Amino acid sequence: MSIFSYLLPKKQSTASVAKERLQIIVARERSTRGGPDYLPQLQEELLQVVRKYVPVDQDAVNIQLDRESGCEILELNITLPEGAQ
Amino acid sequence: MTKIVVVTSGKGGVGKTTTSAALATGLALRGFKTTVIDFDVGLRNLDLIMGCERRVVYDLVNVINGDANIKQALIKDKKVDNLFILPASQTRDKDALTQEGVEAVFNALRDDLQMDYIICDSPAGIEKGALMAAYFADEAVVVTNPEVSSVRDSDRMIGILASKTRHAEQGNGDIPARLLLTRYSAERVEKGEMLSVEDVQEILAIELLGVIPESQAVLNASNAGSPVILDTDSDAGQAYSDAVARFLGDQIPHRFITVNKKGLLGRLFGG
Repeated sequence: MSIFSYLLPKKQSTASVAKERLQIIVARERSTRGGPDYLPQLQEELLQVVRKYVPVDQDAVNIQLDRESGCEILELNITLPEGAQ
Repeated sequence: MTKIVVVTSGKGGVGKTTTSAALATGLALRGFKTTVIDFDVGLRNLDLIMGCERRVVYDLVNVINGDANIKQALIKDKKVDNLFILPASQTRDKDALTQEGVEAVFNALRDDLQMDYIICDSPAGIEKGALMAAYFADEAVVVTNPEVSSVRDSDRMIGILASKTRHAEQGNGDIPARLLLTRYSAERVEKGEMLSVEDVQEILAIELLGVIPESQAVLNASNAGSPVILDTDSDAGQAYSDAVARFLGDQIPHRFITVNKKGLLGRLFGG
């Protein structure tokens, strides 16, 4: 590094880009860690039940497991298509 | 009391085998009776790093299957007293590693041979070999390079260690896991081209066991089949010695994590 490099505008270092990307992906992966293995199958089977009555898409069912101070909350979200009766 | 230590990482090629060899050799040099086991069934390599590849007769799977007993299979190191190597088999049958079989090997090493330490060199990945290497561990060393994919995989592995060991399954919580950052270049960190030791520690949030600098000594050591910790003049060898001391509870400052500062002239004219 010579004296001239101090005069050039500073670019964000690749190391800090790496750190930011890692912090985001690691946080996301930790949030799903330790969750029960049956969630994907639960989602699939719930979808089959719902489909018996309403035609819904594969991604219309959203399952999330949250943990809050000792209790677990299973959140289930099914988006029904418009006009479904 | 025998301690079982798993050397793991998730990602391959980050220095697990180099670290297992160095840690086991360092512990043996301090007088602890130590066995280092290669769990990479199908891809045996610890024997090469330890320099005993021509003395392999029986392997881990032979012992598990009862083709040989543990005393027949253990290779006594020629350079260091108290050091024994149990190689992996070259058969590709990973199912040979059963939980009962691995436990029996550990029991024999503990009860019949009175080992102080058993170092388990884990294969890469999160498949059976890696899970078996970790399952009975009392402690873990997580080997990580200052590089995005290695850090992410280490985080994943730390999560697995927290739930998939016998210790955790019996409700005793996590086993202690410590970080060993390898292939570190203080120069590149200073230039902003490499994650710093603080960055990696902040993300992984585990205790730091040591930092091993990127060093030509590591390749020289594996070329020669002599664990790098025996190269006491080298930076990597000294860094591994420090890590072994910290592993045993010594409080010593970290070396090789800062660049030797250049003088004013050097800074002006660069280089």
